[in-house]
Amino acid sequence: MNHTAMQLLLAGSVVLPLLGALAALLPAPPGLKGKNPDQAVLRHGVTVTGAVLAATLALAAGFDRAHPGRMQATTDLSWIPALGIRLHLGVDGISLPLVVLTALLTFLCALYSYYVMPKGPSPKAFVALILVLEAGTLATFAVQDLMLFFLAFETVLIPMYFLIARWGGAGRRAAAWKFILYTLLGSVVMLLGLLLIGLKSGTFDMVALATDNGPKAQLSHTVQLLAVLTVGIGLAVKSPMWPLHSWLPDAHTAAPTAGSVLLAGVLLKMGTYGFVRIALPITPDGLHTVAPYLAALAAAGILYGSLACLALVRTGARGDLKRLIAYSSVGHMGFVLLGIATMTPTGVNGALFANIAHGLITGLLFFLVGGLKDRLGSTDLDTLAGATGAALYGRAPRFGGLLAFGAVASLGLPGLAGFWGEMLAMFGAFHPAAGLSRPAFLTFMALAGLGTLLTAAYLLLVVRRVCMGGTLKTGPAPQGTAGPAPALPDLARHEYAAWGPLAVLTVLAGLWPAALLGLTNPAVQQLLGGGK
Amino acid sequence: MSQATSLVQSVDWLAIAPPTLAAATGLVVLVADLFLPAARKPLLGWFSTAGLAAAALLLLPLLDGHRRTFCLTGTPQACSYAADHFALAVQFLVLAGALLTALLSIDTVKDHGLPAGEYWFLLLSSAAGAALLPAARDLATLVIALEVASLPAFALVGLRRGDRLSSEAALKFFLSSVAATAVMLLGVSFVYAATGSLHLTRVAHALTALPDPRLATLAGAGVALTLVGFAFKTAAAPFHFWVPDTYVGAPLPIAAYLSVVGKAVGFSGLILVTVQGFPSYAHVWGPALAVLAALTMTTGNAAALRQDPARPRGAIRLLAWSSIGQAGYLLVPIAAAGYAHDPAHAIGATVAYALMYAAVNLGAFAAVALVARTSPANRLADYRGLYHRRPLVALALGFFLLCLAGLPPGVIGLFAKVTVFSAAVDAGLGWLAVVMAVNVVIALYYYLQWTAALFRPAEAPAEGTAGEPADRSRPRIPAALGTALALATVLGVALSGAPQLVLRFAAGALL
Repeated sequence: MNHTAMQLLLAGSVVLPLLGALAALLPAPPGLKGKNPDQAVLRHGVTVTGAVLAATLALAAGFDRAHPGRMQATTDLSWIPALGIRLHLGVDGISLPLVVLTALLTFLCALYSYYVMPKGPSPKAFVALILVLEAGTLATFAVQDLMLFFLAFETVLIPMYFLIARWGGAGRRAAAWKFILYTLLGSVVMLLGLLLIGLKSGTFDMVALATDNGPKAQLSHTVQLLAVLTVGIGLAVKSPMWPLHSWLPDAHTAAPTAGSVLLAGVLLKMGTYGFVRIALPITPDGLHTVAPYLAALAAAGILYGSLACLALVRTGARGDLKRLIAYSSVGHMGFVLLGIATMTPTGVNGALFANIAHGLITGLLFFLVGGLKDRLGSTDLDTLAGATGAALYGRAPRFGGLLAFGAVASLGLPGLAGFWGEMLAMFGAFHPAAGLSRPAFLTFMALAGLGTLLTAAYLLLVVRRVCMGGTLKTGPAPQGTAGPAPALPDLARHEYAAWGPLAVLTVLAGLWPAALLGLTNPAVQQLLGGGK
Repeated sequence: MSQATSLVQSVDWLAIAPPTLAAATGLVVLVADLFLPAARKPLLGWFSTAGLAAAALLLLPLLDGHRRTFCLTGTPQACSYAADHFALAVQFLVLAGALLTALLSIDTVKDHGLPAGEYWFLLLSSAAGAALLPAARDLATLVIALEVASLPAFALVGLRRGDRLSSEAALKFFLSSVAATAVMLLGVSFVYAATGSLHLTRVAHALTALPDPRLATLAGAGVALTLVGFAFKTAAAPFHFWVPDTYVGAPLPIAAYLSVVGKAVGFSGLILVTVQGFPSYAHVWGPALAVLAALTMTTGNAAALRQDPARPRGAIRLLAWSSIGQAGYLLVPIAAAGYAHDPAHAIGATVAYALMYAAVNLGAFAAVALVARTSPANRLADYRGLYHRRPLVALALGFFLLCLAGLPPGVIGLFAKVTVFSAAVDAGLGWLAVVMAVNVVIALYYYLQWTAALFRPAEAPAEGTAGEPADRSRPRIPAALGTALALATVLGVALSGAPQLVLRFAAGALL
């Protein structure tokens, strides 16, 4: 495919959702009124996100796989010369998978909401906000200018705030405030770091900054350290890194299904992507100093996340399944951060792989929990378990099977997507980059390994409690008296459509990791090698 | 013979045309008021608006930015009036701000029965003074321009006759302002005594090498007192206490005018005296202004956070406190100028921020004025569900508030903040940048709370409100108010798409 077409595809997939969001607020044109205005606008959402997904797939098809390390489909226009900000877009092997993942998850959310609209005010605003959110996330992964990155990073805040505060569940107001204030405080501090980089080096261009002997040479070790600390705080809040994660469980629990899926599936990735794209290539010396601490916090996050989940899954803890998956995200993102902190190609590739895998699997799990809530009206684990419980294997076998699939994928069963990323991240920690303390990283690796065990423990407990139902009392069950609970509606057609792709991709990525690693590895080698 | 002619300074009438035209229009309005029958009085408003628009258009021929006039005949580089790029940018801000204020005022004057002739005359005189100030290049002209801008404002604030709040507001404003002027005049006289000159360039030169070293203390005291006077005018903390009561008591368009044009006047004066007049004292006023900036933004935002939604006139009170917070951001680049090698470069961020702030704050006031027509109490709670009553107004107000908060979709607000941050980081004022970062987060809370209320479903009609007319009978939006709101919105959206339009001031040296 020629360059202009690629340029248009990339720019179009960022701009199209914005135009779609504006169009969603206008009344539907005569030919497209549908059954009622709500249906029309939800269909509009599916159409626009579908078009964006098609554009990103075409972009992926046209992507030159022989050179994934090179920026492709680049657009570079002057926008605000006063600040040296350029409209610089482009994708390489690191950002392309994330772009496609974002478009896919947003499309699936729009599709799911078309059938199951979350309870709340008009779907008009819902669709518009989802589209703005998509534009912001896609832009985050596509821009190559530090200030535009910041702009895109901030763009997602307002839509996500409203999605949680208006369509969320219990405690949504407080959760929405916590989300936006935490993230904003982090990102304003990040802005200071980005400005420091830009002012000291004289450019905001991420491609130029990533190359050695370029403007990066102007950044002394002190400046790099200061920059990586400030930028890192903003990214760590978003990722989230323990102990800056405390906004996440509340936000995930309160958010509507589509909100949780997007929050876990793509918004968290913006933080880790920022580490790979900014901290790693632009401030390598600074990151080198900080890396052991980052890895320590990542390992703490892995353990903390799984221990919190184990506490939630206990009988009588009245744990919320949605909250449990949110905490499990803290653990999974810990693996991603650990991989980045090793500063080795293996670790960073693992981190990027775990990013995608987490987006697919946790997206699927949040969808499933949303479906469970629609069926049973609760996500409380004690209600879902035991005699009163869901007993999904009996009452909705396919649904139960998919939930069990999601759970084992999440715990990192070999052959599924969750395995490779975490394995590679730990493998990277086994041989960290030159100059990093090996004993320390070996300790972190061991802790992370312990974390995988704990993760397996709580996820299997979830499967046992939710899918298998209560333990039967010994003795022959009295026939007919307390018979099996009434069957639940099993997977509906729209649920197959919305969740199926995620399950299929989880298997595919697990069986054929080379497809993804082949894209990321050359780009990672290039970033770590200083752009050569 | 030649001695006699050389004493008369030449006047470049085109250069001074913008403020002059505003003043002339004011005089014409005052006289015309005597002859117009009461039914025709609204014409005065439209005539004044046209005058302001024409004055703003007269800036066009000056765009090259090299005209100076009222120069000393002996030394042509010492001039009292310079239409340079800084002056033009601020004059544009002042005249356009006054234009939007005039559009806001047309219906207020009619509805509240304010005396039309006096109102328009005072507004135009104040605007003329405000437009003169950024071009003033000697201390005497500066003080006179400041007073021409302020004196009519006292009367405007107190114009709602019979309203206790209005007179109280005017009195507070008057007393604090007069105190500021007195302090400033004392400072100016000290500086004059020490340096023997009033022209800013000559003062700057003389301060580096005082004619008599024993005058150093006098000069220092003069510099400090002059700055304190300007700090009063810009409503920097701890001299901010008059602002909320004055805004609440004043007619609404005048509150908008004070928050935008009044501030611009204070800031351009402060920039002129610090950067042009006292550059050799940068080590004194730089840190002082940095502390003042941190104090001002924290005070303003913390107080705005504590506004009770049920309090009458809470919306205006909130905007008043937020304007104090914003004043803190405006001070940051001036403080940074005290540390920078190229101070003229740093203050560009203030000008760019002020232009952004003017557009969106006037827009927010226009939306508030619109809501005030149906719910005169103007509580914050009245804004709940505005989207369901007036979707476009709610979207516009939400956009303005997010611009003030500096979050997308208010892209211009975001980048204006970025320029201010970048001035601070560039000057090495890391601590001030961090204080500002925290303030941005605090400010987001109250701006977003207000924005969120706009889109929340309206409260179920309580018994108390049953007597009010139903929402469905929406009164029409008056033409002038609608125009003002539309203008501000178009400006805000256009700037968000092309931030370069205002941010270019942050790139070049203005002075």
